[in-house]
Amino acid sequence: MDNINFSKEELERYSRHLIIPEFNIEGQRKLKAAKVLVVGTGGLGSPLLLYLTAAGVGNIGILDFDRVDETNLQRQVLFTVDDVGRPKVEAAKERLEKLNPHVNFTTYDVQLTSANALEIIKDYDVVADGTDNFPTRYLVNDACVILGKPNVYASIFRFEGQVSVFNHQFKDGTFGPHYRDLFPTPPPPGLVPSCAEGGVIGVLPGIVGSLQANEVIKVISGVGEPLAGRLFLFDALTFETRTLKLHKDPNTPKIEKLIDYEQFCGIGGDAKEEKKVKEISVQELYDMQVKGEDYQLIDVREPYEYEIANLGGELIPLKMVTSNIDKISSSKKVVVHCRSGARSAQAIEALKRKYGFDNLYNLKGGILAWADEIDQEMAKY
Amino acid sequence: MRISILLFGIAKDIIGSKNLEIEVNEECRVNDLKQEILNQYPGFENLKHLAIAVNNEYARGETSIKPSDEIALIPPVSGG
Repeated sequence: MDNINFSKEELERYSRHLIIPEFNIEGQRKLKAAKVLVVGTGGLGSPLLLYLTAAGVGNIGILDFDRVDETNLQRQVLFTVDDVGRPKVEAAKERLEKLNPHVNFTTYDVQLTSANALEIIKDYDVVADGTDNFPTRYLVNDACVILGKPNVYASIFRFEGQVSVFNHQFKDGTFGPHYRDLFPTPPPPGLVPSCAEGGVIGVLPGIVGSLQANEVIKVISGVGEPLAGRLFLFDALTFETRTLKLHKDPNTPKIEKLIDYEQFCGIGGDAKEEKKVKEISVQELYDMQVKGEDYQLIDVREPYEYEIANLGGELIPLKMVTSNIDKISSSKKVVVHCRSGARSAQAIEALKRKYGFDNLYNLKGGILAWADEIDQEMAKY
Repeated sequence: MRISILLFGIAKDIIGSKNLEIEVNEECRVNDLKQEILNQYPGFENLKHLAIAVNNEYARGETSIKPSDEIALIPPVSGG
């Protein structure tokens, strides 16, 4: 640590850290020497990157394969309207360099996979997981366990957040519990919606991602007690918080190598279900409308989604489909749609399996495809 | 005995409430409780993926439950 020095500008910049007795210049040296990888530059990644950069973490890796989208701006405060369409890592780096010129950034405009995870993560001291899907969460966890790196974890859903420090190495050399001690196996695909499917209140990742950034800083500096062996739960709707104690589970299998996480989370199987049902493209549906063909259009989304954008179909939310079969024609062609085509495929599959409907067609790509290909005025959400 | 359970995340959606009261046998372990919830609420057929905390501590299947215990049902969330 002795070779870590600060310029006059840096000393002034970090002065509010330097005068905290238990943090002081030693804590700041550790931050400057540290290498932190932030996986995902979304809702959680935004406050994480902003605060870690502002605080003076010396080396920050930014990993994301996505581009900035209009729907990100409600919560991803790292980006502006001008960034829409740009690669996230590029827009993030540009913004963060303006915030603190004393930080080195490395960007990875790639998807984290079993093939590249160990190679990328091995160069870092701490990983902060702000990803948005189960396969990547298990991948980040397993890679951190294999490499012996702490995984500062947070995740969010609608109004609720979870935070923990997984695989933390204590002073005696032992490691704390990790993600698989808490959730040994992933939920089946479709059970737990992502932010894109289930929604999230915009402020929530700001709160939860800031807590996550604070844990990263504690892990690096060794100041305070990191949230290791504990899971913090926050409900923004009721303002209830609780912190659960976690333990290492002796039944958790030892993680020795990375696996196929898409398969582990059953993602491949879900896509197959979508393929099994008969499909129709948005162009074909449009042609049917123009020709005035006789067909029934059913929308299996929720009423509040119908308010945002609709194709004038009959609204029967997915949960109620099988109790409303009297409303579904069994003689003429029936086109079923939702936002992206996943829920409508589930509805068709259930109707076919339970009631033998054979006249149902899934609208491929749903409302999103319609907005892209047929009606550019339609709102995508 | 009657057990009161706090619900989080998608569990709230499945039950349609943030609390759940359920009648179980006197000798009840976490695994028995899971089975009982599953019997009464088939929507929980994927319950094995949810974590159960007893008195703010993550509990394994063999943990015994008393009526005064605070039980919380915590599903995984993935959003970021």
